[in-house]
Amino acid sequence: MLRGRTCVAVLLVAALTSIPTTVAIGAEVNLYSARKEKLIKPLLDRFTKETGITVNLLTGRADALLKRLQAEGANSRADVFITVDVGRLHRARVAGVLQPIKTPVLNQAVPQSYRDPDGYWYGLSVRARPIMYVKSRVKPSELSTYEDLGNAKWKGRICIRSSNNIYNQSLVASMIIANGEARAETWAKKLVANFARSPKGGDRDQIKAAAAGQCDIAIANTYYLGAMLTGKDEAQRQAAEKLAIFWPNQSERGVHVNISGAGITKSAKHKQNAIRLLEFLVSDSAQQWYAEANNEYPVRPGVARSATVRAWGDFKADSLGLAELGKYNANALKLMDRAGWK
Amino acid sequence: MATLSWVATPFRGRLFDSWSIATVSIALLLALPVITVASFVFYPAGEVWRHLATTVLDDYVANSLSLMIGVAIGTLAIGVSTAWLVTLCRFPGRRVFEWMLLLPLAMPAYIIAYTYTGMFDFAGPVQTTLRQWFGWSSGDYWFPEIRSLGGAILMLSLVLYPYVYLLARAAFLEQSVFAIDVSRTLGCGPWQSFFRVSLPAARPAIVAGLSLALMETLADYGTVQYFGVQTFTTGIFRTWFGLGDSAAAAQLSALMMLFVFALILLEQRSRRQARYYQLESRSRPLPSYRLRGTRAAIAFMVCALPLLSGFLLPSAQLFVWAVQTAGEMIDASFLRLVANTFALAVGAALLAVLVALFMAYGRRLRDSTAVVLAVRLAGMGYAVPGTVIAVGVVLPLAWLDNAVDGFAREQFGVSTGLLLSGTLFALVFAYMVRFLAVALQTVEAGLEKVTRSMDDAARCLGYRALEVVVKVHVPIMRTSLLTALLLVFVDVMKELPATLVLRPFNFNTLAVRAYELASDERLADSATAALAIVLAGIIPVVVLSRAITRSRRTQAEPLWTEKPLTSDM
Repeated sequence: MLRGRTCVAVLLVAALTSIPTTVAIGAEVNLYSARKEKLIKPLLDRFTKETGITVNLLTGRADALLKRLQAEGANSRADVFITVDVGRLHRARVAGVLQPIKTPVLNQAVPQSYRDPDGYWYGLSVRARPIMYVKSRVKPSELSTYEDLGNAKWKGRICIRSSNNIYNQSLVASMIIANGEARAETWAKKLVANFARSPKGGDRDQIKAAAAGQCDIAIANTYYLGAMLTGKDEAQRQAAEKLAIFWPNQSERGVHVNISGAGITKSAKHKQNAIRLLEFLVSDSAQQWYAEANNEYPVRPGVARSATVRAWGDFKADSLGLAELGKYNANALKLMDRAGWK
Repeated sequence: MATLSWVATPFRGRLFDSWSIATVSIALLLALPVITVASFVFYPAGEVWRHLATTVLDDYVANSLSLMIGVAIGTLAIGVSTAWLVTLCRFPGRRVFEWMLLLPLAMPAYIIAYTYTGMFDFAGPVQTTLRQWFGWSSGDYWFPEIRSLGGAILMLSLVLYPYVYLLARAAFLEQSVFAIDVSRTLGCGPWQSFFRVSLPAARPAIVAGLSLALMETLADYGTVQYFGVQTFTTGIFRTWFGLGDSAAAAQLSALMMLFVFALILLEQRSRRQARYYQLESRSRPLPSYRLRGTRAAIAFMVCALPLLSGFLLPSAQLFVWAVQTAGEMIDASFLRLVANTFALAVGAALLAVLVALFMAYGRRLRDSTAVVLAVRLAGMGYAVPGTVIAVGVVLPLAWLDNAVDGFAREQFGVSTGLLLSGTLFALVFAYMVRFLAVALQTVEAGLEKVTRSMDDAARCLGYRALEVVVKVHVPIMRTSLLTALLLVFVDVMKELPATLVLRPFNFNTLAVRAYELASDERLADSATAALAIVLAGIIPVVVLSRAITRSRRTQAEPLWTEKPLTSDM
């Protein structure tokens, strides 16, 4: 009886482990992506159709993928590493798993501020994290800068998610760069004192809470608002319509932005295909897709934004080198711990 | 360990017999990821550590402790009471509750957290309706905050109580009719009989179930993260990934493992003090208290409430969401997901039970300190968050692969590349590391039921050690083995973080799909995959529950007292 079971188990495991993991025989490129399958696969399919190059995809959390990349070292199968924030791209470069690439197409498509100066990574889309306010309770004239959110007049009126979130870490890192660590910490403490509730949930939850009246201001990435506005869920659409976007710090450094981006790994076995993939991802049609499918800002100048995004108007983006954000990430996190930002 | 008189005694002096070596080797292999992570402890991390201690460490400890105490109370209250009711009482609906009470097991904790938030959050339909009816606005009224420590305790209790229920019920079922009868003739009422006879006898099983629930609680990341509760697990993630400090994160993990050690000690003590054996055949059905009127209604409510809130309500919410989105979400690739998930879970469950059987038996056979320690160490993985385990798997496997590759290049001039990393082997290995404890606890609890005199008898009759397992233990432990299979199956199906990191290219599971959509805050879109996990989990739950009930009837035939063992040969 046991012997029968042993056989079954052994056979099953053997069968399982031998499932072909890469089916492609011809040209291929392997991708580790922190960008979710739904938000990248359609583009990859289009790439395969155009070039005949098969893309093998592994999605996951950026940090864990990075650890795997590091451990696998020179033998790693990954050719391209995609993340949804610049902090992780910076970390990947520091970890020594990326290689510098320079091609005329990439350099022309991606503005200098959205790529690594040495070509280790390139931005694919831009994500803005402005202030969102409830139209019925806040006048835009009351708003001005991120710094002003520390003002006591906002006491109990601000919703923002946990400091575990990378977008908040990047936001605070940008405050450190702009104002220095000491002033950033004072600001963070005041901001925490103005929270309407202990941080919880994701970006959409902040927007929903504001719409429902728990707070008057939400800090969230714009594409979440866009997804709520264009989604099928009627309740979410109505909630989103109660809010408007305010672009802060326009007379100075600009709105805090982050990028999703990609780099080619040092171990890449399909370097040429990887370059073609990157060039494809910054091409007009791919950029258009980003803008339409997820309401993000195209990184390539001159690509049309989606109708929803156009309605929010133009803004000045914080132009400091994005690479700096990654450097200050740990400092930002500790600062938030000290400020009591849960 | 307590000294046990057993046939293995003659072997005790031999340190290097094959059983010990095999058991310890497998245990060490499975403990490798935990050891890898723990070895970071020796890296200096003074500054970060000071930062943690002065800012957030108190919160981590306090919240993790409160969470564990709360979940312990919750799972015990629900699990033991319902197990007792459906096993020893007769009331309307009992037969249905018997298996339905297991269903929350199929519900991943982070999914129930999302659905409850969707329903009861400030912006959710319930509170919004209340506000509309009564004209309230924010701050006018009190409503329990679902995304809080209390909420996390509730969510985890609701999906983890089946561990206690399952093991407690099996223990109640296997209990001696005579003991209960004797206690009644000695003047115990039903309640007294429960507290003085049934409960103590079932205690090892209950504690085993509880320690599983608590280890899972410690390892939980999805729920506490979403609810904004800062625990050890969220702290480890923050420190490792946010601060980029693996050493400090590993030291946090090590600190957390102290909790686990405490749990394991507790569980061991409870077992040592209570070694109960069933000495007589169980041919008679258990007594049953027929409940009527109010009592029946109360019993019904006690069973219906956890089922309703732990399964029916969240499933209904998932269903409503899934109806909106299933059209887009179900395509050819979705069927592939179902197949992947199912194959992986079945394979891992079978393997885990085999390994657990081997190790539990090794421990029984060679009760040396080394073996006991090794077996315990191998079970540690259950309480360690999946991502941490994954990193612990990635590092040694990649090292091995690269070492083999280096050797092959040097010797033969060919590159072998990565042989194990990024294959399903790595994934199945991680599942073993993570879920062996589940199988082990259950199998060991079953093995404890087999008297050592049965072993003695079998050995006297000329069986070799392995034959004793196959011919005596496996049939007796059928229920326990099935339970272990089910638990690992369901756990693997729900498993997310390790799967996410370790799986090969182009290979997805239902949990991965559900997570990707949910974490992108597309709850409605994620519902189809989440519902599929739940539905796929129901099948083994039903099968198992039937088998357990049947085992009471069929296994109750005299096992060996009347039927000589040799008739099996």
